[in-house]
Amino acid sequence: MSFTTTIEKYTDFEFEKFFDRVRPDDVTAAMEKEKPGVLDFLTMLSPRAAEFLEPMARRAQQLTVQHFGRTIHLFIPLYISNYCSNQCVYCGFNCTHAITRRKLDLKEIEAEARAIAATGMQHLLLLTGESVEMTPIDYLEAAVSLLKSYFASVGVEMFPMQVDAYQRLRAAGADSLTLYQEVYDRQIYRRLHLAGRKTDYRFRLDAPERGAWAGFRAINIGPLIGLGEPRREVFFAGLHARYLDDHFLDTEVGLSLPRLNPAEGDFRPEYRADDRTFVQLLLALRLFMPRAALTVSTRERADFRNHLIRLGITRLSAGSCTGVGGYARPVGEKTPQFVVSDTRSVQQVAEAIAAQGYQPVYKDWDLIA
Amino acid sequence: MHRDPLTIGTQTFTSRLFTGTGKFSAKAQIAEMLARSGSEMITVALRRIDMGAGTENILNFIPKTVTLLPNTSGARTAQEAVRIARIAREAGCGRFIKIEVITDSKYLMPDNWETLKATEILAKEDFVVLPYVLPDLPLARRLEAAGAAAVMPLGAPIGSNRGLETRALIALLIENCRVPVVVDAGLGRPSHAAAAMEMGADAVLVNTAIATAQDPAAMGHAFALAVSAGRMAFKAKLSEESATARASSPLTGFLDSPPQKSPQ
Repeated sequence: MSFTTTIEKYTDFEFEKFFDRVRPDDVTAAMEKEKPGVLDFLTMLSPRAAEFLEPMARRAQQLTVQHFGRTIHLFIPLYISNYCSNQCVYCGFNCTHAITRRKLDLKEIEAEARAIAATGMQHLLLLTGESVEMTPIDYLEAAVSLLKSYFASVGVEMFPMQVDAYQRLRAAGADSLTLYQEVYDRQIYRRLHLAGRKTDYRFRLDAPERGAWAGFRAINIGPLIGLGEPRREVFFAGLHARYLDDHFLDTEVGLSLPRLNPAEGDFRPEYRADDRTFVQLLLALRLFMPRAALTVSTRERADFRNHLIRLGITRLSAGSCTGVGGYARPVGEKTPQFVVSDTRSVQQVAEAIAAQGYQPVYKDWDLIA
Repeated sequence: MHRDPLTIGTQTFTSRLFTGTGKFSAKAQIAEMLARSGSEMITVALRRIDMGAGTENILNFIPKTVTLLPNTSGARTAQEAVRIARIAREAGCGRFIKIEVITDSKYLMPDNWETLKATEILAKEDFVVLPYVLPDLPLARRLEAAGAAAVMPLGAPIGSNRGLETRALIALLIENCRVPVVVDAGLGRPSHAAAAMEMGADAVLVNTAIATAQDPAAMGHAFALAVSAGRMAFKAKLSEESATARASSPLTGFLDSPPQKSPQ
């Protein structure tokens, strides 16, 4: 069993032809379905559907309020290492970049945890660069169990693992797994990932399933917008989410559509999704997966994030540092994994959520040991 | 209206509308909704209670006169539900516990088997146990035998607002259960709640439809009225439904009348 079998069915699919054939009536019909099918989803992602943004937004809002209420869940990322053995041409942590590499020891992690907990944040996302050698499972396990004593929920975003390694992180107290495929288009994937374990497309693609087998309560996936053609990429991410949803009844599936912004290096994304397109992609996802968590990070601008609150998203990060550590003391190195566009504090983001008539939720989970 | 109290465990309720704390756009709306709806019991997920949150702790928005019904949302096994229940009691949330064990994130169906196991354990520990279940009569009997204080069958999937999709199965519970039957989940409009009460449900629990309304306090009031109306109709004994029309002046009534003189 693997999502690969599903995605391979679309190898020769003629997306442009499909998009050309979409008529306005098809969009309306797709939007109004209680359970849109795969082609309805693609219809809503089509350029033609861009004319239906407002009705799509209304439907997305209605579905989201029904399933999640007027609430936005808050979380904060903590990077504990930027060592990486991969060579991803778009990433600030690329192993060929001459940046200062750091890894926090447990004492430093604890200092960061204290500083973050003081902001009121209770849901933490723990991240590393992808280096099995520098951040082995023993280290990650120890970090998770330390952080679990400070936070109600600890999620992990790190190199893809086998089921047994995921099980160790679960046992240490991690309850959710985030892993982005970055780009679903296999050819582009090959061109952008030049060296390291990450060159293995299939191992990464199957990792969310392995995480579900290992018993993570929630799995968050997504493409990095800008690497592949955005409409197709979001289509595959949606299929991936539905696949997980269909196969793992007890797993909550979530998605995020991080848009590339400048990091270290001179990477110029081949594709771009402007705000209007980005909103369409998000709305189509919401209509296709009404109960999926949708996350928007601080890659996006503050004012744009404020508007998205009413358009179907359910989770926001806030007060984020995307360099190693950075909460207890300022980040020494100058190279974060990506540049934060929304630099507001946790409190300011919470106030902005309340101003939209939504409740900021700091705590929605507690792993009962 | 006549006094028509409902007793669950050792506690008596005047209002037969139970409510929930999830999905509100601001916690302050909860107190207002409770005041307008007259609801005397409200469910709260232990996982959302943040004892360290000071004034923002959700419990501060619930008046002391309202009974807390902590729920085990997030539990996937009987064991987890039991642990959550014990933590809730230790945290001062009282003896009531709504057991919610869900192993299915897609449809949010309760796991009846795990729920029964948790009920057996918690009832022995002197909890007032309200298990949230798919309506299933043999299971309801086992829950009663295990010491459940009520059974809470779902009308439709949580948050779906689809009403009494399980009507026929709930009717069996109402007819046969000795403990109160509280219809929980899926009631999307006051008329759904009224229908449940007309059938003879002892109470209903409504969260999504109230919390996500434009005006939650007014919607809480509307549900309270519907619950009272439905209850009153049940007590007043609704006349039986019939598949065919019954004219109030029967069409064949003349046959029973004394014969008329035929025209000359």
